[in-house]
Amino acid sequence: MNKNITIQVCMGTGGMAAGGFEVLAAFESLMREKNIPAEFRKECSMHKVGCRGLCAKDVLVDVITDDRRTIYQYIKPEMVERIIDEHIVGGAPVSEWEVDEDYHKFHEKQVKVVLSDCGNIDPEDINAYIASDGYKAAEKIFASMAPEEVIDIMKKSGLRGRGGAGFPTGVKWEACRKVEAGQKYVICNADEGDPGAFMDRAVIEGNPHAVIEGMLIGAYAIGASKGYVYIRAEYPLAVERLKKAIAAARECGFLGKNILGKGFDFDIKIKLGAGAFVCGEETALIASIEGQRGMPRAKPPFPVHRGLWGKPTVINNVETLANIPYIIKKGHEWFSSYGTEKSKGTKVFALTGKIKNSGLIEVPMGITLKEIIYDIGGGIENGKSLKAVQTGGPSGGCITTDMLDITMDYESLAKVGSIVGSGGMIVLDEDDCMVNMAKYFLQFTQSESCGKCVPCRIGTKRLLEIMNRITKGAGKQGDIELLEKLSNDIKAASLCGLGQTAPNPVLSTIKYFREEYEAHLQGKCPAKACREMLTYHIIEEFCKGCGACLRACPAGAITGEKKKPHKIAPEICIRCGACFDVCKFKAVGKE
Amino acid sequence: MEKRLQGLIEDFKKNEGNIISLLQETQEVFGYIPEEAVYRFSEELDIPASNFFGVATFYSQFYLKPRGKNIITACCGTACHVKGSDRIIGSLKRELNLTGEQNTTEDKKFTLEQVACVGACSIAPVVIINKKVHGKMNSDKMAKELKALKEGENE
Amino acid sequence: MKKLKITIDGKTIEVPENATVLDAAKTAGIAVPTLCHHPKLTPFGGCRLCIVEIKGIPRPVTSCTTPVSDGMEVTTSTEQLENLRKTVLELILSDHPNDCMVCEKAGDCTLQELAYSYGIRENRFAGERRIYEKKDGNPFLERDMEKCILCGRCVKICDEVQGVGAIDFTYRGFKSKICPPYEKDLDCEFCGQCVAVCPTGALTGKQWALKGRQRGVREVDTVCSYCGTGCNITLHVKDNTVTRVTSKEDTWNEGWLCIKGRFGYTFINSPDRLTKPLIRIKDRSSSLNSSNGLDDIFREASWEEAFDHIASRLSDIKTKHGSDAIGGLSSARCTNEENYIFQKLMRAGVGTNNVDHCARL
Repeated sequence: MNKNITIQVCMGTGGMAAGGFEVLAAFESLMREKNIPAEFRKECSMHKVGCRGLCAKDVLVDVITDDRRTIYQYIKPEMVERIIDEHIVGGAPVSEWEVDEDYHKFHEKQVKVVLSDCGNIDPEDINAYIASDGYKAAEKIFASMAPEEVIDIMKKSGLRGRGGAGFPTGVKWEACRKVEAGQKYVICNADEGDPGAFMDRAVIEGNPHAVIEGMLIGAYAIGASKGYVYIRAEYPLAVERLKKAIAAARECGFLGKNILGKGFDFDIKIKLGAGAFVCGEETALIASIEGQRGMPRAKPPFPVHRGLWGKPTVINNVETLANIPYIIKKGHEWFSSYGTEKSKGTKVFALTGKIKNSGLIEVPMGITLKEIIYDIGGGIENGKSLKAVQTGGPSGGCITTDMLDITMDYESLAKVGSIVGSGGMIVLDEDDCMVNMAKYFLQFTQSESCGKCVPCRIGTKRLLEIMNRITKGAGKQGDIELLEKLSNDIKAASLCGLGQTAPNPVLSTIKYFREEYEAHLQGKCPAKACREMLTYHIIEEFCKGCGACLRACPAGAITGEKKKPHKIAPEICIRCGACFDVCKFKAVGKE
Repeated sequence: MEKRLQGLIEDFKKNEGNIISLLQETQEVFGYIPEEAVYRFSEELDIPASNFFGVATFYSQFYLKPRGKNIITACCGTACHVKGSDRIIGSLKRELNLTGEQNTTEDKKFTLEQVACVGACSIAPVVIINKKVHGKMNSDKMAKELKALKEGENE
Repeated sequence: MKKLKITIDGKTIEVPENATVLDAAKTAGIAVPTLCHHPKLTPFGGCRLCIVEIKGIPRPVTSCTTPVSDGMEVTTSTEQLENLRKTVLELILSDHPNDCMVCEKAGDCTLQELAYSYGIRENRFAGERRIYEKKDGNPFLERDMEKCILCGRCVKICDEVQGVGAIDFTYRGFKSKICPPYEKDLDCEFCGQCVAVCPTGALTGKQWALKGRQRGVREVDTVCSYCGTGCNITLHVKDNTVTRVTSKEDTWNEGWLCIKGRFGYTFINSPDRLTKPLIRIKDRSSSLNSSNGLDDIFREASWEEAFDHIASRLSDIKTKHGSDAIGGLSSARCTNEENYIFQKLMRAGVGTNNVDHCARL
């Protein structure tokens, strides 16, 4: 029997949903039940760890024996017994359940800075973070560095805001440092609202102390004594871990009065978002922390001059803050050795959509899209072909297959009309309609518009109306040009980043997929995705007459006897697609 | 109710609260934001009731009407969208007989909510049923879950 | 205060350091279109009409919210700016009833004026409009929220100037609406300040309805007689009838009024108004419980007769009971001069110090 065994169970939101908690519980109870000697049990520790990225293969379980780490994928509670018997007791790993080649390829080209501790340490244990050199950066600056030196390192590292805009962090800090004020604030923006992006959630769930340490360093640099984390209420697990982490940091003297005995005070409060995407915009975020409606205000004045309660305030994104301890510990040269000339370091992306290995990845800036999709992502799911990759979520744009050599950095993406944004990366295949995709994003931004300024409030509504009629087959000649005109005006005239970027998906898809728009104007959706433009019929040879479609049809358009092919009456059909969804025999065709 | 409101008001005064946190706590206690609570807060705290109503209607998390006993939250994030969340939502609406903007069933047993993104994109499409996250959903799995919930209700 | 030098459309001017670009434009005599801005209220920046280009800033910014800085170079009108303004106006009008023919505000409406000067006839962006049920039961304010452009002036004046907060922005996006809590009937002091600052026909005075447009109206500046505050008011007179009361911004009361000054003018032409002195012909006790009409209790008199009557009754009382048996109460609705004369009458004429005033609380 091996000694010194560690069992790590992935327990991010993904891991929990796949049954991570049950798997860990199974390990615990079976170890006890099987009467594995107590002294051995003492040697065997069981941890929950944060997300390690490849959520598609959850539940992931690591069994680490003295000499080697075995990683299992797709583990369910009923599989635990065999792992204990054969591997932990018997010493022979269950090879057929080990992670496949994909898992290794997924990690090969990644460079982990922000995520380096995620998935390796117990996020609910401050000692695990400290054992992994946590809070060393804070100790270092308190022991030997003036705030100006900290700012200087940040500037030299070239770190830019990871929330989307890419503003140099050091420059922001310096501007705030220079303002004289009795009270300043540091705010961590964890209002990760982009649909399809979850890196901030994963970082907080996996390594909350790195964020806290980053905030502490920022507070020291600008001279702030109070900090807030504004986090989405939709992330209950992240909120809980953050609460625990803040309490632990306070207990260990990394937060509170007279930190590390150096006479510096700093403490952090958590403010929960209440469900408004626009609150990711910094002035709206400030309004929300103050308890008001999250309506942005015009800049200048910028928050570094007039922020929370009118005081100088630095707002940094979660990923930005999580980079900071590592930069301080390892030096700005180390950090800036990754990336391109203007985009330094690494970036975390949420790789999702029609991709084989979907999950969270951290790559050096400047990696090509091709490497991400095919090396890390393992290519497209179900043998389909790649159509486009959407980056930057509802504020971003799409990248087409002939641009796969594009490098992932702020400048290159801006050049093709997209953005790095917060790091959402959605892979689309041949079944996805680009017009429908643009409509989806627009629907989102339109419903999240705060309503303060005219171009966003009414303009995005009008854009959506045009998109709706196009995807219903009721588009008019000139609609594409009208979309372009209105999109450009909304971008130029809107008050905040939401309106200024909301038309991007429309403009970008028109730019690269204009022929799809034109096809819609001719009454065809080439990807067969826009339901209202399709007609449904039953393919008699496949139909088993099970009646599922008949029961599902809300319009009563389907008739037929049991066990005989059914029929759809086109004049009654409302084109909802319910029959298509319920049919198990692929007997419903759409044109 | 009176006692619970008084408790919320005292918490507010103690913890330099604001309208949002007060409404969040109110919803935590009552499951929604009762109108009388708003008028009571307004009077006690000398904050116009219009501000409470303005905030409560701005943020999608706040509910001005009581919600159903079972809460089904469908994620409409991008990853879920491309993997067919709208089909799941469509079938849920049909199963629960919800029309138009209605999101709570007549018998107040079910509420169907849609959220922008729960950040579990790798296991899209995602549905949260009474706070438990279910990944890689489809209409079939959903129908089974719903059936189990309905049976539980009828027992 | 420190002065800063800025160039605006080629003109170099000096402005105080806390000025906004919009203030500076005003100083330079350059008109910049606005809908949501009001000089007495905090800047909003929502209508986007006052956008200008500033050298060194990549995108247009709203002049109402941008503070000036030394050496700033501002352009208030370019082809692109005018193009954006036109789009913004078209968008606003695409969600507006456009019933100027019958709108109370026509002729006095900032939105109408701007639509006219930008020549907006066809609307490229026609689409769904907000439709609201009108349900206000109060006698003073007409709220037609379909005409509301969400400039927020009413919300701010109610909050920042009146300190009431009867209304606020509610909901969000296209569904945004300004209304009282729970979309109920307005329940406030009805000062009508919101009506005064509304740039469209969304808020009007109910009493004004169908009393005529602003054409042919004579404006008469006077002082409100309701209380000792003495607000400057402007009577809008048509066919020798007061149809509306407003106040100008450059008055000492900065154009603000209360419910009485703004809406309490209908007494002027009321048939119930007393225009001649009346002398009582039945004593008080008999008049209290009788069902007699006014004519049975009082009779009309001339001013001379009335004054003689007062003088002789006061003299009688004074002779019989002494001066201190008489007391005088004057009114806040009188001017200072009138009040002065009144106390003089009591002290020098009647010979008593028993004189007081309703506003001396």
